[in-house]
Amino acid sequence: MNFWQFMSHNRTEVLEATAQHLYLVAASIALAALIGIPLGILITRRAVLSKPVLGAANIIQTIPSLALFGFLLPAPWIGERADRLAILALTLYSLLPLIRNTYAGIKGVDRAVIEAGRGMGMTDRQLLWQVELPLALGVIIAGVRVAAVISVGLATIAAAIGAGGLGEYIFRGLAMVNNQVILAGAIPAAILAIAADVGLGWLEKRLSPS
Amino acid sequence: MSQSSQGQPAIEFREVCYELGSSRELLHNLSFRVDPGETLVLLGRSGSGKTTTLKLINVLLEPTAGEILVNGKPLREWDLIRLRRGIGYAIQEVGLFPHFTVARNIGLVPQIENWAPDRVKKRVEELLRLVGLDEKLASRYPRELSGGQRQRVGVARALAADPPILLMDEPFGALDPITRVELQREFLALQDRLKKTVVFVTHDLREALLLGTRIALIDGGKLAAMHTPREFLRSPDPLVKAYVDAFGAEFRDHDRPIQDRGAS
Repeated sequence: MNFWQFMSHNRTEVLEATAQHLYLVAASIALAALIGIPLGILITRRAVLSKPVLGAANIIQTIPSLALFGFLLPAPWIGERADRLAILALTLYSLLPLIRNTYAGIKGVDRAVIEAGRGMGMTDRQLLWQVELPLALGVIIAGVRVAAVISVGLATIAAAIGAGGLGEYIFRGLAMVNNQVILAGAIPAAILAIAADVGLGWLEKRLSPS
Repeated sequence: MSQSSQGQPAIEFREVCYELGSSRELLHNLSFRVDPGETLVLLGRSGSGKTTTLKLINVLLEPTAGEILVNGKPLREWDLIRLRRGIGYAIQEVGLFPHFTVARNIGLVPQIENWAPDRVKKRVEELLRLVGLDEKLASRYPRELSGGQRQRVGVARALAADPPILLMDEPFGALDPITRVELQREFLALQDRLKKTVVFVTHDLREALLLGTRIALIDGGKLAAMHTPREFLRSPDPLVKAYVDAFGAEFRDHDRPIQDRGAS
């Protein structure tokens, strides 16, 4: 049986695994954006927090992924279900690019433009929503893009703790020493990563002020 | 030195100092008054402290000593946001919001003041006409305009909510000489009609003589001299003389018909 026959035989399962994979990635990126973007904004306002927050996000990123899944296993509520655990771990990994890019994006807005706004009587909130965030949006989306591509790859490891997704095929194929099965997981995962990269790259370009 | 005597000054500096950190003093003991309706030009070379002086008025910077009053009220007693919205601020072209259309840039202060959208729209059209711009430009972005057009948008934006005071920081600095002269003339015509209190920063003596009712020469963070344009050219003050001489022979001729414009 060649790869294509394997894929067509198992297409329902492969599609289900892809959907599960996408769910893990999308949920964790959404959570990470919800936490990381406000944190990134916060540290542009409170300079003393910028080092500890960026440092913490950096340290999380250095924890090996399998170990992080393991560390989180005893956590209450979260440890009960493998998908919750996987989403939490992926969220933690996605924080760094989101916080860092939000921070860098806002800090990179031309000082003269901000000063003009302030001089005309814009409040801090108006400056943030009408000037800083729109002008930083391209850089923030670039952070989402990096986080999404990393997450698609990392999510395959989540299968090791039973969270499902395309990693199932990879682990199964490794155990069976069967390349077809490995590819059934690896190829859709690669396609997802490329799609996320291209799609978000397009968005990044569209939303960047030229 | 001519000091007109029409009651309360619009802006008053009282022995104002500004230090950067604890060691570098950028402004030293600055005291002067700006009368309502006059155009005070802050003239000086780069780094003399003229832009710093301007930014103290709309509190983008705060003095380390001394006091500044606007309409007789010390700055610290003003609601900062109210104060700034009552002071038009025009700077070099970088100050336009690149992601806003011309219309949104001009209508910014009315918009944050919560004017009704059609009132903002009317005001924007009015201002475009006032500064001599085609209404078709309203939907363009700043990058799609020429330097002169951007500068006009900057002036229109500063005038949007009809503030009694205008701060202008080298607004015509980045323009070619012909466009600059054109805009200077339009500024004069506009100022004759609108009678704003203007504080205008420039290093260009020609511009100062043309636009100012009075000229304050700032040198090394100190007020070196304060004169009407005509007095300025005749001043025996060595700093003033040096500045005038630096601009060449044409200004040394004291009989040249430079006209002082009255403050009112």
